[in-house]
Amino acid sequence: MSRISRFGVAAAVGLLGLATACAPGSNTSAPPSQANPSSVQTDPAKMGDVTLLVWDQEVRGGQDAQMKELNAAFQAKYPNIKLKRVSRSFDDLKTTLRLALSGNEPPDVVQANNGRSDMGEFVKANQLVPLDPYLKAYGWDKRYPQSVRQYSQYTPDGKTFGQGNLYGMPQVGEVVGIFYSKKKLAAAGLQPPATWDEFQSSLATLKSKGDAPLVLGNLEKWPAIHVFGTVQGRTAAPDTIKQLGFGRKGASWKTEENLKAAQTLTDWVGKGYFNDGFNGQDYDPAWQSFAKGKGTYLIAGTWLQADLGKAMGDDVGFMLPPGTSADAKPVATGGTGLPFAITAKSKHPEAAAAYLNFITSADAMGTLSKTGNLPVADTSKQEVSGGLQKDVFTAFGKVVESDGLLPYLDYATPTMPDTIGAALQDLLAGKAKPEQFADRLEKDYGAFAEANG
Amino acid sequence: MYAAFLLYPLLRSVQLSFYDWDGLTLGTWVGVANYQEIVSDVGLRSAFGHALVLMLFFAVIPVCVGLVLASVLNRAKVRGLAFFRTVVFLPQVVAMVVVAVAWRRMYAPDGTINDLLRAIGLGSLARGWLGDYALALPAVGFIGTWFETGLVTVLLLAGMSRISGSLYEAARLDGAGPVQEFFAVTLPSVRGEIAVALTLTVIAALRTFDLVYVTTSGGPGNSTSVPSYEVYHRAFELGRVGSAAAVGVTLTVLILLISLVINRIADREAAR
Repeated sequence: MSRISRFGVAAAVGLLGLATACAPGSNTSAPPSQANPSSVQTDPAKMGDVTLLVWDQEVRGGQDAQMKELNAAFQAKYPNIKLKRVSRSFDDLKTTLRLALSGNEPPDVVQANNGRSDMGEFVKANQLVPLDPYLKAYGWDKRYPQSVRQYSQYTPDGKTFGQGNLYGMPQVGEVVGIFYSKKKLAAAGLQPPATWDEFQSSLATLKSKGDAPLVLGNLEKWPAIHVFGTVQGRTAAPDTIKQLGFGRKGASWKTEENLKAAQTLTDWVGKGYFNDGFNGQDYDPAWQSFAKGKGTYLIAGTWLQADLGKAMGDDVGFMLPPGTSADAKPVATGGTGLPFAITAKSKHPEAAAAYLNFITSADAMGTLSKTGNLPVADTSKQEVSGGLQKDVFTAFGKVVESDGLLPYLDYATPTMPDTIGAALQDLLAGKAKPEQFADRLEKDYGAFAEANG
Repeated sequence: MYAAFLLYPLLRSVQLSFYDWDGLTLGTWVGVANYQEIVSDVGLRSAFGHALVLMLFFAVIPVCVGLVLASVLNRAKVRGLAFFRTVVFLPQVVAMVVVAVAWRRMYAPDGTINDLLRAIGLGSLARGWLGDYALALPAVGFIGTWFETGLVTVLLLAGMSRISGSLYEAARLDGAGPVQEFFAVTLPSVRGEIAVALTLTVIAALRTFDLVYVTTSGGPGNSTSVPSYEVYHRAFELGRVGSAAAVGVTLTVLILLISLVINRIADREAAR
């Protein structure tokens, strides 16, 4: 047989294979059946011998410590339920979870990122169990305020984020605020600002003393989202930002308020408030250089608390972004750590729910704060040691209490992390005007919100 | 075995590229729409453009530099040639991810390169190299140059060492200087090696993923995004598996075509 015809046969066989192969994803499961709240078994001791496979991403120091401690306590209390823990980094978990969930033997409990690109897609594909029956049986609604629960809520079709069924239970809270160096503020004769105007004028003062006051490392594209979100929280109404963040219909990026936020950032860059070359600077070295005394302010999330506290001691403080007036209602970007969810193919959803209940109980929250994490519930009741930890716990408690948590803007659509990251790099580098920036985001958000209905 | 591990995934990718699939729910047949997008989408088109720029840095420059280096090393019969050969070849031994992490640190605003520039009084040139719109792509490409030059040099050196000394003697008798010698004798003799070097480095340029992923994630903006990064980005970050498969298939075809062309040219010239 000549080379050509052999290739021809192979191609023909291949095409035949293509024609007969079924469409990708055709073995998708039916919607999971809901458990009946009145018949939910809440005593793990009566659930028989069960093994739970748990995938989490709690790999860093304090996170890993709390997980180990809680798992050990759970095993000691309920020896009939065996835990098998698989722990991977956030990025590894994110890339493997999709495949794992569509396989035949997925884990029972997984930590799934809240946003549309992960949890939303899983809900749409019927791969997670709605937790509402357990919520009623265990009283989780009293454990978490609505402003926290909204981050794990989707309607069953996965279309509306922030409303509908509960699909996950978070352990830790997050809020983006302003870390500052007390020494450097004092050296410039300044107080920690109480209003947004004071904050901006302190930037000018610090700059005039020869310091680039704001530290930013934006090589990874996402760090600027937190800076923009913080500024936007001062210019736009919280409800509009929520709509934009959750990707709901009815809001627009092309408004006066959003343009003003983008313009503010452009102005800050123009006035030299940021360190040079921030778009080429890594995130981690950036906050490390802040810890070593570069700059005065760092707009970042509470996940840096343990590291910054260790490196800077009493010098570092944390505050929520100040409002237009000193007594304004606190508003800040934030949310929860990755929630734990139960997979639809799990054979032991009740045992899994009992596990979720255990690792988010009031006792567990105590363990979390002891190991240097920010517990999502009962935050103000925790005993804290250092000044920074106290700042962080108070700030989170305040913002949750006033229902002022705003979603991360990249949650909005499956493609938004990419769109807003690139758009912000362009804006900060002066490659895009605020109008172009808003147009680009509106295109992504608008098309999605329209199609999503 | 071959069919199971290579052919099946390949055909499956081709199949996927005709679907709009998010990796989870049922995919829908969209025909060639994913391929049309490659032509119409500005971002994707520019990704292929960036790959061309990288080819310059990964293939063309290393071959030129490698030719000069190899002929100098070959002529000079330097002592410790083996040592030099090892040094220039060293980058090849290190995993690309490690190389990328190291260079990312060197390119940082407070990194080695800027420190050096400041030390020699060129502080005004210091910048965050990977965050600079005009320079990020060349900066990434330069890592490729550094990485591939050693491989090319060692390849060419091997080729040159088998050129018979009598050829050089004849050239010298005709009154040729070192430069003429290079063009008359050395260059034609290593044509085969150049073709091999070009094939290897061009493929390396086109399939560059780890380097871009670690250094810039395609940024700033989208100025360093390349097709193989888009494959990952689309499949795992955007959940557009069909579109990712289409980019992957296009890239595979492109690599196949380019290596065919290079070998065709080298064969024809060798046959002359």
